[in-house]
Amino acid sequence: MKNVKTLAAIGLACSIFLAACGGNDGSTGKSASAKEDFVLSGNLAGDGSSTVAPIMEALVEEYAQAEKDVKVSVGVSGTGGGFEKFIAGETDFSNASRPIKDEEKEKLDDAGVEYTELKIAFDGLTIVVNKENDWAKNLTVEDIEKMWVEDGTTKKWSDIDPSWPEEEIIFYAPGTDSGTYDYFNEVILQDSDLVKSATLSEDDNVLVTGIKGDKNAIGFFGYAYYDANKDSLNAVSINDIEPNSKTIESGEYEPFSRPLFVYVSNAALKEKEALRNFMDFVIDNSAEMADAVGYVRLPVTEYDEAKKQLDSVK
Amino acid sequence: MDNNLLIKTNRRIVKDSIMKWLFGTASFLLIVLIAFLFYGIGADGVGRLNLSLFTNFGSRFPEQAGLKAALVGTLSLMAVVIPVSMFIGICSAIYLEEYAVKNKWTAFIEMNISNLAGVPSVVFGLLGLTVFSRALFLGNSILAAGLTMSVLILPIIIVASQEAIRSVPDNLREASYGMGATKWQTITQVIMPSSIGSILTGSILSFSRAIGETAPLIVLGIPVIIQFLPTGPLSTFTALPMQIYDWAKRPQPEFADVASAGIIVLLVILVTMNAFAIYFRNKAMKKLQN
Repeated sequence: MKNVKTLAAIGLACSIFLAACGGNDGSTGKSASAKEDFVLSGNLAGDGSSTVAPIMEALVEEYAQAEKDVKVSVGVSGTGGGFEKFIAGETDFSNASRPIKDEEKEKLDDAGVEYTELKIAFDGLTIVVNKENDWAKNLTVEDIEKMWVEDGTTKKWSDIDPSWPEEEIIFYAPGTDSGTYDYFNEVILQDSDLVKSATLSEDDNVLVTGIKGDKNAIGFFGYAYYDANKDSLNAVSINDIEPNSKTIESGEYEPFSRPLFVYVSNAALKEKEALRNFMDFVIDNSAEMADAVGYVRLPVTEYDEAKKQLDSVK
Repeated sequence: MDNNLLIKTNRRIVKDSIMKWLFGTASFLLIVLIAFLFYGIGADGVGRLNLSLFTNFGSRFPEQAGLKAALVGTLSLMAVVIPVSMFIGICSAIYLEEYAVKNKWTAFIEMNISNLAGVPSVVFGLLGLTVFSRALFLGNSILAAGLTMSVLILPIIIVASQEAIRSVPDNLREASYGMGATKWQTITQVIMPSSIGSILTGSILSFSRAIGETAPLIVLGIPVIIQFLPTGPLSTFTALPMQIYDWAKRPQPEFADVASAGIIVLLVILVTMNAFAIYFRNKAMKKLQN
């Protein structure tokens, strides 16, 4: 009997807690704007690429210091997953490590969602090999294509250059839902199949560990991951250009230097003062935050351009 | 003849000791595995187990990153899961055991409940996304995730509660009826007091599962970059497994240590809950014996 009472008490306590928490969620910008001293507030939701996540986290962290009453929450469902939520109208902005696809544009049109595309930083998709790999220092785009496109044969290093070891190449690649894979698909695969023997993982650390552990391994991921693991991995130069912040920013590191994007809903931008304020903050601070988390800043003119685009949404 | 018997006995003794070694090795391997896991996590994570881990939000600096939002989020999540799943779970178990007529229909329903207990959690995530997040417009709120997690563990609670109720001896029921008690009186005065211990044990173990599940939260799109605490059941939030998963994916090795510290916190919560489960079970056992 006593236990039944305890149980009832737990239940009651929980429901009281919930009820107490209830009330104040709905209040957004409006009540604040009525006050004399203007304080921004509101809930902003974003989702998208895990490649963009580190820079976004830095921006949200800094922004929370500046505007305590604006509550920004950002998910990391991947570029594709983020766009799905953006299309469904569940988010105010969407992070992407590739430009929006045509089919996604169509769906946004159908859903009546107008958006603005903002570039916030550069990332260099980096081809990496094992530290003990002393032969593949430089590859051409054709070499990479020959390696990574499935043609039914077993790929060996000696297929690329006869002087290289006659050993099987072990492939590691990001998962197909990631913007990084999409980008690689666009510049290298062009919708042909990726080698079937490749190990795919959504978690870039799995790729890092895999490549570290096998002399014959090759893989690719964002520059930030290479930057954090410089001591244990070798980056391959592409057409004699090695990836670093200079070559990525100048676009010399071709074709793997890619911009990172934030797509923001125009309707939400017009409706929520806090969103406009946050986006201004993003543009103003992206350069600094990009450097801080291992990405590459855009030229100043790009940020000015982004700012103009934001201001034109009225 | 005697000799033959001796050989047979010897064989049985040898077989016996082989089996003993086999089972012993199996248990030993398991313990070694767990010890390795604890050592690995402990060695990485203990250094980060300090106050700032609990008072800070997530950060791009691993040494400043904390799990305040995730911890509060997980506790709020459980504040939804515990009452909802226990209420519905125990009520259904009582209905199925005490009220429902035993026929093909109830057998069919019970079979489906048992099957649901084995459905992968991602499927429940998709259910939650379609029903709670989208159809009921709850988005990625605490309430949406809490209801999804409740549905996920309901089958386990129902099955555990049914077992508990079934194990109450029939002569107790009959004695109660014999004294003129109604069904409701019998349930509250006789059946519940003697089965609540096992019901709580089953329920608490399933809450541990709800705390550790990541897949449904990923499907619901629970965010991880968050710098505020939830303000109510409709607020967005993040949870411990999401936060740990996010840290474990970071390129900087320092974040792996923060992830380990997060895992230790999660483990402490789980062990505490399991300890409660054992406590309730022992208490109930004692009561039954008296």
